[in-house]
This record gives sequence, C-alpha cells and structure tokens, in this order.
Amino acid sequence: MRRQLPLTLCFIAGVFMAAQYFIPHYAVQGLYDRLLTWLRTLYAFAFLLGTISLVRVHFHKIRNRASDRGYSFVVFVGLALMLGFGFFHPARNAPGSPFDQMFQNVQVPIEATMFSLLAFYIASAAFRAFRARTLEATMLLVAATIVMLGRVPIGDLIYDGIPKATQWILNVPNLAAKRGIMIGVGLGMMATSLKIMLGIERAWMGGGE
Amino acid sequence: MGQVRWYERLLSLDRRWIFLAIAVAVVVPFFRPMGLPVFTTDPVERLYRAVDELAPDSRPLLLSIDYAPATLPELEPMSYAILRHALGKGVNVAVMTLHPAGYGLAQRAIETVAEEMGAEYGKDYCFLGFSPGVSAPILGIGVDIRDVFPKDAYGTPLNELPMMEGIGNYDDIPLVITIAGWSAAEAWIYYAYQPFHQKVGAGVTAVMATDYYPYLQSRQLEGLLGGMRGAAEYEKLVGRPDKGTRGMDSQSVIHVLIIVLVLLGNLAYFARQRGERAARAKG
Repeated sequence: MRRQLPLTLCFIAGVFMAAQYFIPHYAVQGLYDRLLTWLRTLYAFAFLLGTISLVRVHFHKIRNRASDRGYSFVVFVGLALMLGFGFFHPARNAPGSPFDQMFQNVQVPIEATMFSLLAFYIASAAFRAFRARTLEATMLLVAATIVMLGRVPIGDLIYDGIPKATQWILNVPNLAAKRGIMIGVGLGMMATSLKIMLGIERAWMGGGE
Repeated sequence: MGQVRWYERLLSLDRRWIFLAIAVAVVVPFFRPMGLPVFTTDPVERLYRAVDELAPDSRPLLLSIDYAPATLPELEPMSYAILRHALGKGVNVAVMTLHPAGYGLAQRAIETVAEEMGAEYGKDYCFLGFSPGVSAPILGIGVDIRDVFPKDAYGTPLNELPMMEGIGNYDDIPLVITIAGWSAAEAWIYYAYQPFHQKVGAGVTAVMATDYYPYLQSRQLEGLLGGMRGAAEYEKLVGRPDKGTRGMDSQSVIHVLIIVLVLLGNLAYFARQRGERAARAKG
C-alpha cells in the first residue's frame, strides 16, 4: 500500500494533466486550475524543506565541532536576521526596510562578486587548457575566437565581417546542434515521464529503488 | 643548470599575473571610457519592435524579472532599458518574478525607473511580486492572473489597480518579456507560448544566449537580448546609454585579452612540443 498509493496518484495526476490539454470542459479545467494552485503550494513547502535541511547541516557541523564551523555560525546569524526582519519588522520587505537593506547591501554584492570571480578563473583556465591539439579542438578555438570578437564592439571595428561570421555561427552550426540536442532532450523527457507515470521508474519514491 | 626557455617560463606563469591583468582590463575602461560604438543586431531589434508596437495606456506588458544577484550585472541593464522604453512610451507594465531572490531586484528595477519616468503606481505600472513553482504560475496566468496573484506585492487586490481592470489572462497581455539567468525563459516558451500562443521575448546571459537561437528562428521568441551586449544594443535603440553601454568597453578589452592569452598559451605549448621533439632527435 505504501508504494501502490503514490504510484496510483502519480498515474492519475500524470494522465489527467496530459488529457486536460485536449478537454476544454469547464469541470476538467476547474480541476486543472485547482491542481495548479496545489502545485504552487507544494513548491512553497519546498522552501521550508530547504531551510530545515540547511539548519540541520549546519547544526551538525557545530555539534561535531567541524573545522569550518565558524561559517555555520554566520549562516545562523544571517538566517535569524533575515527571518526576524522579514517576519517581525513592521516594514517587512518594503523598499528601504532592514530586510531590503540587508538584501541589497549584503546578499546582492556577495553573490555578484562570487559570480564575477568566474571571469578570472575562465581566463586562467583558457590560458592553460584551451589547446589546438586536434582538428576538432582547433575548430572550436577558431569559432570561439570569432564569436568572442563578434559579440563585442571592438570586433565591429577590427573587421565588419567578424559580426557577420558570428551571426552565421550562431544561426547555422550552433542552431543545428542545439536543435538536435533539444529534440533528443524532448524525447528523453517524454520517455522518462511515461516511465514515471507507468511506475517503471520509481527512483522518485526514494528508498534506494 | 640550463637557461629556462621562454615557453617554459610562459607555461609556468603564476596565475595571479593573469588575475591582475583581468582586474586591470575590467577596471581601467570604466575610468577611461573608449566610447566604442555599439551596432545593433536583428534579435535585439525584433524585441525592441515588439515593445515599440504596444499601444500606450492599454493592456500591460508583463515583465518577469527572473534573475538572482549572481547574474545581476549582466541582466539588470536589460530590465532598466526595457522599462524605460515601455514606460517612456506610456505602455503599462506589470512586473513579477519567478525567482525568490528576484523579488528585491525586480522591486528596485521597477521602482527606480518608475520614479525616473514619473510613472504612477497602479495606473502605469504595478509590482505583482513572487510566485513559486515556475511552470505552475506561468500556466496559472493562462487561466486567470488573479489565481496566481490575487493581490500585488504590497497587498492591494488586483481589482483595485486601475491598470489591471479587465485583465484576465494571456488574451489580455500582448507581450511577456522574461529577463532570466536560468531556464525560466524556456519555461515561458514551454508553458506560455506553446499552450496559449502568448508572445514571449527574452533577455538572458551571454553564455545562455546560444540555447535560444532555435526558438528565435521558429518565432517562438519575439526577440532576444544576449548578455551585456544585448543590453547595450537595446540602450542604443532606446537612445539612453547606461550600464550596458559602459560595460562594453571592459568586455571588449577582456575578450581581446582572453584571446591573446589563449594564443600565447598555444604558442608556448607548440614551442615546447617542438623543443621536446628536437631534444629527442638529438638523443
């Protein structure tokens, strides 16, 4: 029963969501609308689950006296401050509120800086690893050089054929490859969905099966 | 002990020198702008035209600001340029987000531009806030936007906002634009364009842009802004250069620097191969 119930629910929900697309009857569309609301509610609970998981991981680090437990204290301080400001401060998350100030002046610069570090590592990695060892690697290197120049104004100034060549690379070989991948992914998604609905694929139920 | 060859020296270059070169290449153009001209491309012009064709003071443009702070430097200039274009033309704009961290960014974009353009809340623009679930809210708007956002982000029922009067679902929304640093743009195509034939435009990071060319060719996307270059092109079309245009000088220098580094790396690599072959031949 512990397995049959979720499998049955999954089958019914999957078949219904596929079938409703072709049945414009108000009763079916009403149920579809209700299911969408449930779906949004379920996603909201995922945030709660994520927060509980985060707290557990860092609580264990502190309890086990892990060497990097100092960061866990920072996580708890940040979490408590943001939750406190968000739930209990009268301004809640309005512009200029403490919650908004923390977000705009702490989270935004930290995340933007972390992502910006990629530029440094990409440049270093390109210098060390991007080698024209084979014909394919050489073609990739040439295409990358053209696209990198064609996507910035200096490419237009060097030679007006560079942006045209860039657009050709994006519109022809890139597009053909992407479309092939997308068709493959689409077919894979359909096959996986059918396997889940029919109970062939059961990994989503957990339990190591 | 033999003399260290130039290629060995180059291949063992301390990467901190590369980091320093990158830092200089990013920072210096901000203080000494080169004023490189920006030329517009077809995907950006198509999105510009799609916004430009919207009628003032009528059905709203739905702008979904679906990025987090990580991709903000690349994507925020797009939001500002599109908002300036739409509000400047008198097109009503409803702003929402599908990313939990996008709430504060969407709010600051719309409130900043609205103040700059003298737009009135509820009449010219509104902020709907965040809805979880990605596919669920996109599909839900196709049924009724009030199911997803019964109230705006400030707790005002949508029925009390004059600009939302008579706005029910995608039939009443002429264009959706998503500015996304993740797969939200694909979600809008799958769940808004495909079932409801909703017109969708997108702004994405430069590395993601190549993924969207098939949708551009099939006209499932009205237009596309790719990376900071896309933002700079849109700013040029709007006639209001800002962060996107300013960033183009730095990006130009960085791209050239990376190409030079790759060429140098390859030169040194092949020189070492040649040196090793010559040494083996000598015995």
